[in-house]
Amino acid sequence: MSVSRFWRKIPQRYNLVGTKCTTCGRHFFPPRSLCPDCRRSGNIVDHKFTGEGAVVTYTVIRSASDQFENTTPYVLAVVELDEGPRLTTQVACPIEDIKIGMRVKSVFRRIAADGESGTIHYGTKFVPAE
Amino acid sequence: MRDVAVIGVGCTEFGEHWGTSFRDLFVKAGALALEDAGVTGERLDALYVGNMSAGRFVEQEHIGALIADYAGLATNNTPSTRVEAACASGGLAFRQAVIAVASGMEDVVVAAGVEKMTDVGTGASVDMLASAADREWEGFAGATFPGLYAMIANDYMHRYPLTREQLALVAVKNHENGAKNPIAQFRNRITVDTVLNSSLVADPLRLFDCSPITDGAAAVVVVPLERAREFTDSPVRVLASAQASDTIALHDRRDISTLDASVAAGKRAFTQAGLTHKDIDMLEVHDCFTIAEICAIEDLGFCKKGEAGRLTADGATALGGEIPVNTSGGLKACGHPVGATGIKQIYEIVSQLRGEAGARQVDAEIGMAHNVGGTGATVVVHILGA
Repeated sequence: MSVSRFWRKIPQRYNLVGTKCTTCGRHFFPPRSLCPDCRRSGNIVDHKFTGEGAVVTYTVIRSASDQFENTTPYVLAVVELDEGPRLTTQVACPIEDIKIGMRVKSVFRRIAADGESGTIHYGTKFVPAE
Repeated sequence: MRDVAVIGVGCTEFGEHWGTSFRDLFVKAGALALEDAGVTGERLDALYVGNMSAGRFVEQEHIGALIADYAGLATNNTPSTRVEAACASGGLAFRQAVIAVASGMEDVVVAAGVEKMTDVGTGASVDMLASAADREWEGFAGATFPGLYAMIANDYMHRYPLTREQLALVAVKNHENGAKNPIAQFRNRITVDTVLNSSLVADPLRLFDCSPITDGAAAVVVVPLERAREFTDSPVRVLASAQASDTIALHDRRDISTLDASVAAGKRAFTQAGLTHKDIDMLEVHDCFTIAEICAIEDLGFCKKGEAGRLTADGATALGGEIPVNTSGGLKACGHPVGATGIKQIYEIVSQLRGEAGARQVDAEIGMAHNVGGTGATVVVHILGA
């Protein structure tokens, strides 16, 4: 991922800043600039999520792309935030611990790097809440 | 709108073609299709070519023109258009050709698909295939394509009675069919143990739950039905052509285990054709992973949610079963050159309906093709009839 492409989403990736439609109240993470329910009558503003949620489904990645290959095996999950939206994330926990329904909370972590001399991508992972 | 018919089909062998280039793969499939149709190149009004990622697999864009050129059509200035919808590129190219002919704009049209995947290493191809999903919010987090389907499988198995063995039987059945298909990448039979003893790729999916990396090309020729007899005694009619979209990311779906785009495209196709499930004699579905075949059978409405595993275990989807699924060997055994797969499905159904499928021949007059892009963000469904 190029530097500018990573840089422009830093608040979203580091601090779980998504959006909210003030017309219907629906929350979005990943952020959307158009509400799919209200479309042009929607009004989108930033919204910082609490980072608490639960695991909807998961897998353990054993074979990854080159960028992630040296971190396998790792837990990948769809997490539903308490505010409603769902996102794809890694859950930093022993692979045998991951379960559907498990409560999790967001943490700031290193995600990957663009090769040995490229940008280091930081962002959000989740860890077990208890 | 005019009725449309397929008058010729061609397909390369699917596999690792180290000695054959991207353009040569296409030229071979195109020549086979034109020969089968009894059409010469100068009679073609247009080409539609499905291709997912030549830009990254072989660092070549502008595929439409390249293909027209190397097919010997540059001197005729034949229009040629690349169509892209990730793994559904082939099905979508066929749909564009059907629309072009049905509209009356064009008469003799080639729909083709091609992908050359083995010129890059496995890590790079895993990364490219992940771009069929949401690069910013799935790929960034470390999602792989098998990983996304593995999350579908875990959600499914958490909610419905599907056993790990039933899932493996999808691959066993497709290898059984692939063993009878001269163009299949894998023509070896396997057992449930082969699947269960293969290495984990993304839990619960193992290597033998996954379709392979493949080089290959396929092409078909379509014309208005009213002109089909000029070319062939056995035209195959296009009874329906349907397409549907859904969210690009799996996490935004209404239901993780249901491809709503499959449901929508399937319903639209049945409505267009004026047919019901009982009328369909065979299915080619998008089994990029074993769980995907289970979901496809259900989402297209051939059984209730949660029943496709048992249907597979009972042999209903095997050759000679109630509804044979993936007689070609599917993506799993026939191979999955992503842009070519949707056209290969049409090739397989036409071969079956014309009674030319050899050892894997089933008794069929109507077949359905189901081609998925990404984890279900694009689905293309066609119904063909003899």
